[in-house]
Amino acid sequence: MPYIDPHIHMVSRTTDDYAAMAAAGCVAVTEPAFWAGFDRSSPEGFRDYFRQLTQVEPRRAAPFGIDHYCWLCVNPKEAEDPAFAREVIQLIPEFLDAPNVLGIGEIGLNRNTRNELQILEEQIAFAAEHDQLILVHTPHLEDKRKGTTLILDALRRNGNISTDRVLIDHVEEHTIRMVLDEGYWAGMTLYPDTKCTPQRAADLIECYGSERLWVNSAGDWGHSDPLAVPKFQQEFRARGHAADAVDRVTLDNPRAFLSQCERFSAG
Amino acid sequence: MTKSQVLDRYFLEHRAKLIDLAAFLDRVDRAPGGDNFHDPRLPALREALALLHDGQPDRARRVLERFSDPTEAPLDTAPPAPVLGVPHHPPPAAGP
Ligand SMILES: [Zn+2]
Repeated sequence: MPYIDPHIHMVSRTTDDYAAMAAAGCVAVTEPAFWAGFDRSSPEGFRDYFRQLTQVEPRRAAPFGIDHYCWLCVNPKEAEDPAFAREVIQLIPEFLDAPNVLGIGEIGLNRNTRNELQILEEQIAFAAEHDQLILVHTPHLEDKRKGTTLILDALRRNGNISTDRVLIDHVEEHTIRMVLDEGYWAGMTLYPDTKCTPQRAADLIECYGSERLWVNSAGDWGHSDPLAVPKFQQEFRARGHAADAVDRVTLDNPRAFLSQCERFSAG
Repeated sequence: MTKSQVLDRYFLEHRAKLIDLAAFLDRVDRAPGGDNFHDPRLPALREALALLHDGQPDRARRVLERFSDPTEAPLDTAPPAPVLGVPHHPPPAAGP
């Protein structure tokens, strides 16, 4: 079945992964800018990373019939040093007009510190000023509930953000309701040790419906699965849900949210 | 899916997960580490286990909430310790 993986870090994946994803039905991916598993030694390291996201990965994906899009930002894990983070933010305008850039992301919080929150607010303001879609990373494990609350507060404080132009990612059973109730889009991440399984994502859709929800693999350099989205499709189908109900979550919803950026035309 | 279908599809998988958890707790008991061993992960896990059979719904949400930092204010600096999967300090006991 065709699908979009709207959150996957292909810079960390092999070309064989692109091939396997294409064989499983992947028609497009969107890749948020994130932490590389180590802190960059200088803001200039991000210039090369942004070149990789805007120039290299689209070329690597194309032979497999996969459209590659990306998001730009300084990730929350490297936002603890505000001066460093601001230098990275200053690089973004140079790449904002690249044909595969969809918006600002994944911004958010990591350990819920004041510095992270300050840089989050500055990037929300940057997105509002440049009329960009926003993709939000919520913290892991014990930090998720509090971090999600702080992020929703920060978005509300900005006052210039339309809730339907923001996707809050990595929701779980204890955060999904607050995100959907405020009118945001929500992403469920199928990640083996932290976040959701395909079964729990299917449970959440059965409980909350499929409006403004998508699933993604967040495949990266860690223990993760670039084929998590097709595994969710199998799980949802096996429970007796119709093919169009599966498509809604794995194709139509990502297309609806992402098409708010006119550059997005996949799927 | 009917209840029977849910059990047919998932019971063995979750039976195995429960035995894994039992074996994990046995492994912790067997491991050396002293009589005054305190780690917030074990009490959090035991409290979360009690939520599984209290007869109330929304167990997954309530387990996740038990494993969440209960504080609200942003931190002045990042904690030196890595994430544990449970709060470093347990939430205050519920009032009467
Ligand atoms: Zn990510």
